[in-house]
Amino acid sequence: MERRAAVASLLAARGPLLVVSGLGGTTWDVAAVGDEPRNFYLWGGMGCAVPVGLGLALAQPSRPVLVITGDGEMLMGVGSLATVAAQRPANLAIVVVDNERYGETGGQLSHAALGADLAGMARAAGITDSVTLEDLATVAQYRARLHEASGPRFAVLKVAPESPPMVLPPRDGVLLKQRFRASLG
Amino acid sequence: MNSAATPGWPSRLHAVLRAQAVRQVGYVPDAGHRQLIELCRADPDMHAVPLTTEEEGMGLLGGAWLGGQRGVLLMQSSGVGNCVNALASLTQACRFPLVMLVTMRGEWGEGNPWQLPMARAVTPVLETLGLRVVRVDHAEEIEDTVAAMLAMAYTTESAAAVLLGQRLLGAKVFQ
Repeated sequence: MERRAAVASLLAARGPLLVVSGLGGTTWDVAAVGDEPRNFYLWGGMGCAVPVGLGLALAQPSRPVLVITGDGEMLMGVGSLATVAAQRPANLAIVVVDNERYGETGGQLSHAALGADLAGMARAAGITDSVTLEDLATVAQYRARLHEASGPRFAVLKVAPESPPMVLPPRDGVLLKQRFRASLG
Repeated sequence: MNSAATPGWPSRLHAVLRAQAVRQVGYVPDAGHRQLIELCRADPDMHAVPLTTEEEGMGLLGGAWLGGQRGVLLMQSSGVGNCVNALASLTQACRFPLVMLVTMRGEWGEGNPWQLPMARAVTPVLETLGLRVVRVDHAEEIEDTVAAMLAMAYTTESAAAVLLGQRLLGAKVFQ
């Protein structure tokens, strides 16, 4: 499936959803849907998207939190799946946009192309609600689950190895932080 | 002589964390932090979060701050080497508040030579990354020091490390 369409589908009618995106392609994907203060985009700190989402989910247990990151970023911090499983935050969903490539650095194959099954790794880490989604119709059905307080949950979206044009959100981390905090009131 | 066994300072440190409204305690286990970890795990007002590696702590506490909660990170000196990029590219880039309570190995009566190189690197690495680094070698200094560093971190959105000296904690015995 096409990654921008998949991310736009997940974020349709997002309501109170708080979003953390991993550096690289998924930050451009989330920005392409529309910039807003309740998006916290990582421009660095590869491997940290899931821990950021975990800290946020624990701090804001009444709001749904979605981490959207890439397969390479997820692999760099894959131990954090066990950390999430140990906390069992009901309001946290993790979605990996998996093109099996390191798209920002020349499209080198990631471990997801070389035998690693990320949904299986999440399940084995203790996140039992873990699925792989192959098409847009399934993603559209999955969207409602992002708002259900019965997580943590994990999904891999298998997307085509394309690199759509960058859509750049603000890049000042301090600005992104302050406006996110202000948006929570 | 193992002053870590002195009754009281982990309890007093836990009281400091409570007084500072710390709600998330990320940790990578260490013998020096054993009692404090137990106290935080037993505290219903705290999320005590075991991490698989220290760099998860930068993400966790950044996310906590985004969501309006204060945190602290408990770790060992060797873990400083594990979180260099996260400290630079997340904590400092976003000016997230961070206080790391780092128990030192490899500097005072150490019996494991593999601990010495990282121990020597801890302060220069952290200072190069722009963190304020303070040491505690005596139990009576620990409360004031940690309270001051926490208050400063949260009010100025800055990062600091408190190094708990091996002289304070006592060296691990290999026999």
